[in-house]
Amino acid sequence: MKIQNKKIIHTDVLIIGGGTAGCYAALTIREQSNLSVVIAEKANIKRSGCLAAGVNAINAYIVKGRKPEDYVDYAKKDADDIVREDLLLTMSEGLNRVTAKLEQLGLVILKDENGEYVARGNRNIKINGENIKPILADAVKELEDVTVINHLNITDYIVKDNQILGAFGFSIEDGTAYEIRAKSVICATGGASGLYKPNNPGFSRHKMWYPPFNTGAGYAMGIRAGAEMTTFEMRFIALRCKDTIAPTGTIAQGVGAKQVNALGEVYENKYGLTTSQRVYGTVKENLEGRGPCYLRTEGITPKQDEELLKAYLNMAPSQTLKWIEAGKNPSQQNVEIEGTEPYVVGGHTASGYWVDTNRQSTIQGLYAAGDVAGGCPQKYVTGALVEGEIAAEAIVHSNNQLTKQYEEHKLTEQEEEQLLTEKVQEYDKILNEKQPMFTVEQLEEAMQKVMDTYAGGIGSHYQFNEKQLSLAEEKINQIEQLAEGLSAEDMHELMFVYELKERLTVCKVLIAHLRARKETRWHSFAENLDYPEKSDEWLKYVNSRMEDGKIQIIYRDLVERGEQYEHSH
Amino acid sequence: MSIVINQKKCVGCRKCMQVCPGTLIKANENGKAYIKYPKDCWGCVSCVKECQFDAIDFYLGADIGGMGSKMNVTSKGDMIYWNITKSCGEKQTIEIDRTKSNQY
Repeated sequence: MKIQNKKIIHTDVLIIGGGTAGCYAALTIREQSNLSVVIAEKANIKRSGCLAAGVNAINAYIVKGRKPEDYVDYAKKDADDIVREDLLLTMSEGLNRVTAKLEQLGLVILKDENGEYVARGNRNIKINGENIKPILADAVKELEDVTVINHLNITDYIVKDNQILGAFGFSIEDGTAYEIRAKSVICATGGASGLYKPNNPGFSRHKMWYPPFNTGAGYAMGIRAGAEMTTFEMRFIALRCKDTIAPTGTIAQGVGAKQVNALGEVYENKYGLTTSQRVYGTVKENLEGRGPCYLRTEGITPKQDEELLKAYLNMAPSQTLKWIEAGKNPSQQNVEIEGTEPYVVGGHTASGYWVDTNRQSTIQGLYAAGDVAGGCPQKYVTGALVEGEIAAEAIVHSNNQLTKQYEEHKLTEQEEEQLLTEKVQEYDKILNEKQPMFTVEQLEEAMQKVMDTYAGGIGSHYQFNEKQLSLAEEKINQIEQLAEGLSAEDMHELMFVYELKERLTVCKVLIAHLRARKETRWHSFAENLDYPEKSDEWLKYVNSRMEDGKIQIIYRDLVERGEQYEHSH
Repeated sequence: MSIVINQKKCVGCRKCMQVCPGTLIKANENGKAYIKYPKDCWGCVSCVKECQFDAIDFYLGADIGGMGSKMNVTSKGDMIYWNITKSCGEKQTIEIDRTKSNQY
């Protein structure tokens, strides 16, 4: 097998990843300008990204009587102060605007008799989100001068003198290698799953919380190109229904179910109610012999049973099937819960690209939106939409400047062709490699085991010390070397090779961040046993940048709410 | 979590292959769909919803408590029907109106 064909495409804006943030960025660009857009999507925008199965509620919304500032306060408290308030505020101010737009596009939102959205708690509204992704994809398809290339896996940025010029990739459908030249790029690839040994490591290894196809490509490409990253050490661990790894919020908030241990004691108040404390409490109860832990659903009404079964079909159908197979509804049996393996995901915690207030990364012309963008946790679906909008607006407003910068670094046609030829050689080398010692699957398992054992996975109760992190680093470096000998029989396998390499790059940066924050600010998310206490000295960001293959740690002061943050190049 | 594709019902329309977020479904030599990487399935059921020929069922792996029940989805207008067939043959259908919101 060899690369079949080569294509060079020119566009104004390249959006990498046609998920929540990427689709919305395209909509915004075309609403506000005539700039041409290419969306490079690894799967198919109809059902790609986090929203493939649907979503049960809008979890970031400013309900009646609340202000955007309240949302900032909530997210800041949940992350124990390590957030970018400028990013949180600009996101919060857009939440209701994008929700109205989604409703206009066809999303069903529950309303009361006065036509007001029905709130679920302080920040959530109720919807039918089963078809939220097809709704977004349909809206994108109607746009003029937006080219969606499905099944195109992007592998590298093209960067010269810290200026983005486009990206390389290959089609897993027809074997074409692509060089896409763009005056600006929005990275919207999502976060990284599959770094750690998952809850169900066997046949159901991909029955995980986060999309298993979100492999951290955006982070890895940025890291290799020298972009600054922030707060990777704030890992995300979701508290989920055991086995199906389905959401717990719908049960907890929908029918008011409390977290109880095996003795039936409500334990959530004992450890605190932040996202990380809820996970930590569950781990502690198990460690101290009071597991398993549950959401107490026994005794809910038949009507509540029926509504829960339906709600799960709209976002995590495996849980409904599980209830039906068991022959027991939630009213008859408490729902067992567990923490997932850790992820790096900027839609829930603050890890990702270090961006300015306009979501521009430290590479000129490269923007980040959604789960790949750091500093702005608890953004969820609506926050990702807003970030897509903010990045798109920034590009529209500074198009002249972006074009000028691009032209200054522009390559000749021959240079462009030469670069693509070199990239094709790289792809072909993997496609031609014969008799490799290891498979991608074997090395992925090795990586996940190292991370689980030495970098605070499920198996080590999310805890680690510095000695273990050093071992993790050493072993991940070894696996990275082994990965250089991998081969691929076809284009899909070629994608698997790149995905593994992306994950290994993310693992290395994650380990460096976990080691750099010498305190325990968030239980479970970053539980450093050498430094079990929290300290005010660490009220700062841990950032990093790769230089000559080495990860350099950069500490930065907290950015305040009213600030407009700009990079000082 | 994975899916089974009924080769007798599959007409080779390729819709499931196009929509799978992991691109895990491929065509066999007869042009019909099969899941090439069953362990890589996320369980999002996008393919099940996409299939107009009732050819795709999804099930829970035994490692996560699956006991052999299968589920597929049919739709008519705004109504979605989730059809579950238990291993004992017992059938159950849950109807969902796309135009109605979740209550939770």
